[in-house]
Amino acid sequence: MDEGLKSELQKAGIFTTTLSEIYNWGRRNSLWPLQFGLACCAIEMIATSMSRYDLARFGAEVFRPSPRQADLMIVSGTVTKKMAPQVVRLYKQMPSPKYVIAMGACAISGGPFKQGYNVLKGIDRFIPVDIHIPGCPPRPEALLHAIMTLQRKIAGDSLHWDRRKAEEEELMADLPIPECGVHDLQPPKNAKIWNPEPVIRG
Amino acid sequence: MEHRLPASPHMENMSVNIPEIQSVADAINDAIAGAGVLVIENENPSGQHSLLFQNEHAVACARWLKQESPWKLDYLSNVTGIDWTEDALKVKFGKDAEPEETRGFLESVYHLYSMEAPIGPLVFRTRTGNRSDDVSLPSMTPVWRSAELQEREIFDLYGIHFKGHPDLRRLMMWDSFEGHPMRKDYVEPDDYEYEPTPHADVLKKSAAHQNPPAKGGDQ
Amino acid sequence: MSEMLNDPMMGTGPQYELTASSEHSPEGTERMEVSMGPHHPSTHGVFRMDVELDGETITKLKPVFGYLHRNHEKIAEGTSYLGSMPYTDRLDYFNSMTNNWAYALSVETLAGIEVPERAEYMRVITAELSRLQNHVCLIGFLVQDMGALGTPLMYAFRERERILDLFESLSGARMMCNYMRFGGCRCDFPQGWIEQAHQVVEAFPKFLDEFEALLSENEVLMSRSQEVGVLPKDLAIDAGVTGPILRASGVNYDIRKVDGYGIYDRFDFRVPLGDHGDTYDRYMMRILEMRESVKILRQALRDIPEGDFVHPKAKSRGLRPPAGEAYGRIEAPKGELGFYLISDKSPQPYRFRVRPPSLINLTILEDMCLGHTIADSVIILGSVDIVLGEVDR
Repeated sequence: MDEGLKSELQKAGIFTTTLSEIYNWGRRNSLWPLQFGLACCAIEMIATSMSRYDLARFGAEVFRPSPRQADLMIVSGTVTKKMAPQVVRLYKQMPSPKYVIAMGACAISGGPFKQGYNVLKGIDRFIPVDIHIPGCPPRPEALLHAIMTLQRKIAGDSLHWDRRKAEEEELMADLPIPECGVHDLQPPKNAKIWNPEPVIRG
Repeated sequence: MEHRLPASPHMENMSVNIPEIQSVADAINDAIAGAGVLVIENENPSGQHSLLFQNEHAVACARWLKQESPWKLDYLSNVTGIDWTEDALKVKFGKDAEPEETRGFLESVYHLYSMEAPIGPLVFRTRTGNRSDDVSLPSMTPVWRSAELQEREIFDLYGIHFKGHPDLRRLMMWDSFEGHPMRKDYVEPDDYEYEPTPHADVLKKSAAHQNPPAKGGDQ
Repeated sequence: MSEMLNDPMMGTGPQYELTASSEHSPEGTERMEVSMGPHHPSTHGVFRMDVELDGETITKLKPVFGYLHRNHEKIAEGTSYLGSMPYTDRLDYFNSMTNNWAYALSVETLAGIEVPERAEYMRVITAELSRLQNHVCLIGFLVQDMGALGTPLMYAFRERERILDLFESLSGARMMCNYMRFGGCRCDFPQGWIEQAHQVVEAFPKFLDEFEALLSENEVLMSRSQEVGVLPKDLAIDAGVTGPILRASGVNYDIRKVDGYGIYDRFDFRVPLGDHGDTYDRYMMRILEMRESVKILRQALRDIPEGDFVHPKAKSRGLRPPAGEAYGRIEAPKGELGFYLISDKSPQPYRFRVRPPSLINLTILEDMCLGHTIADSVIILGSVDIVLGEVDR
């Protein structure tokens, strides 16, 4: 819609919007995170929801214990191979549309514990991640910045339900829950989601 | 509810009277026939020497230390598993040492204190025969319950089988895991991207790990 | 089944002995097995308890560990001694200062390094501040588990933020401070830090009075925690339990008094002891220890001398301690935190062992929970004060 026309109408007391704008506005200002703290970053996540850094301003105050009621999973802390099947299972149990924030260096790539026989080198090997927050641990302000970035991302979401539903269903089918194998997880990564370019420097 | 304040005079005396380690060894050898307790010297400035128990009499010696000794060592603080490889022992004793001395073994080290007097740590060790098939040791859990979870962890990560442990199963790794990760010869699953930094072996691993692009030159 | 457990080559076994789920009790009810965790709002991290219930009463409880096993010990075998210092921050991620101190103390015992007087005072001040914020957050979490959803925790975190501000202006990071070095501390107190710390410490008793007025004689807290999870004295000593839990059962063992490491023998403070060993005693223990920590802090802030913050000849980088082994321990807020190091004269330790107080305190979790309801098990676990980074390392 023409911006000039919009502001003219606003002066006359008529507010215009589109369905997708208002739908996304409602969704992004009431994100309900899943109470999913794994390690040290969880403490900074709790500190973000406390009175000084106040996550409640963003509508994200209610941390749901159950995945069926949450739409944002903040993976905060190191994901180990023993825990990885549970993380994927929880992700699959969340209803869509859902978002994942990988908080901290451990969730992005294994972090300081990268040389670990039990450490999963990044949760994006198995589930699609929307926002990565670097830091060890990232400050509460960094988590707030990530929430705001996620809100901007949600504002640009499209409302084509049929197409999105088909995409989601395809994704869910391709999201096998890994099993703890003999030496490593089986499969060690989900090739459809995680396929980085090999890095060879001279 | 009242809260008592300590008035025990011995806590004012800050000198930690560790008994002379040789006298402890002699006392155990006198009390338990055939115990064969040896003293392992620790050449480090910390001065924490240790006793080596023979496996057949280890539990009896431990029980004596806890209940009948004059020191009443009733608090087992720490149980550690150690993997002594042949190479490490050659470094320790020299390359020309006897093969008897450098045959690799697994070891379990116990740190004891007493809750009644500021004594400690008294350190004792038990050793296995070798690193491959003779890997069982007597468990100290019947004597001090604090060894229960720590010995399970050593079983999980080192593979030492503790005889007499009430519930010996893996602690940290999942049950279907095979292998003992803390051993020095454990090969980790190759699942992280090696970032080429100027270290020779990392560069080699990186080249072997990743498929270089067929054409197009460097990234 | 027992043959499998006896076979040394078989590293596996059933997770636990399962009672048949159709086993009936005299009242005609069945037993139910429930897995609490690893994703659970009240297990303080990724911790799992397999409980077997008869109605609501617990008949068996087996904890399952390893969901945060990040192999600190293996990484340390390939890292230099100084390089392991930031990793010790991440063990008990609430108190990085005390973890650093325990590790620095062990390396100093191993290598025979001395610590100047001012550095000792600095260590005591930061460690006691760490203890304050740990205990207050623990009480916040414990009371949250009892049902006071969030409010005491908000008060606790408000105080914690003040202390973390101090740590940030001192070491640059709120939580993972990486502040201690072998032979002292990394840097001196900035100008004005001692006055700021003084303000925080002076405001703390008033906050504690406010906190206690809400909680200590609260009927819900008292009825849910008195006579719940009683830990007898002999069992506590035998199971190697240390820290406030041991003292709540009546055993007078505080490593600050026993070993007298650092300069703790100069400070006048008392060690509170409990009578019953139940959850209320453990809660009260933390309140009293916080008051004693405030006393220590007042004395340390008043008496800190001028001097070096690190021994001038102490070498942190490229340290190659003499061969041998050493075990050093301190009274961390959770219990006895010790490090056992074996050196073979190379820059990396041959064996780096962390003695985790939280793991060993969990030895008696089943004993404390048997016969109580499942709601009580959450409170008992909360009062044991575990941190998964330390349990699983």
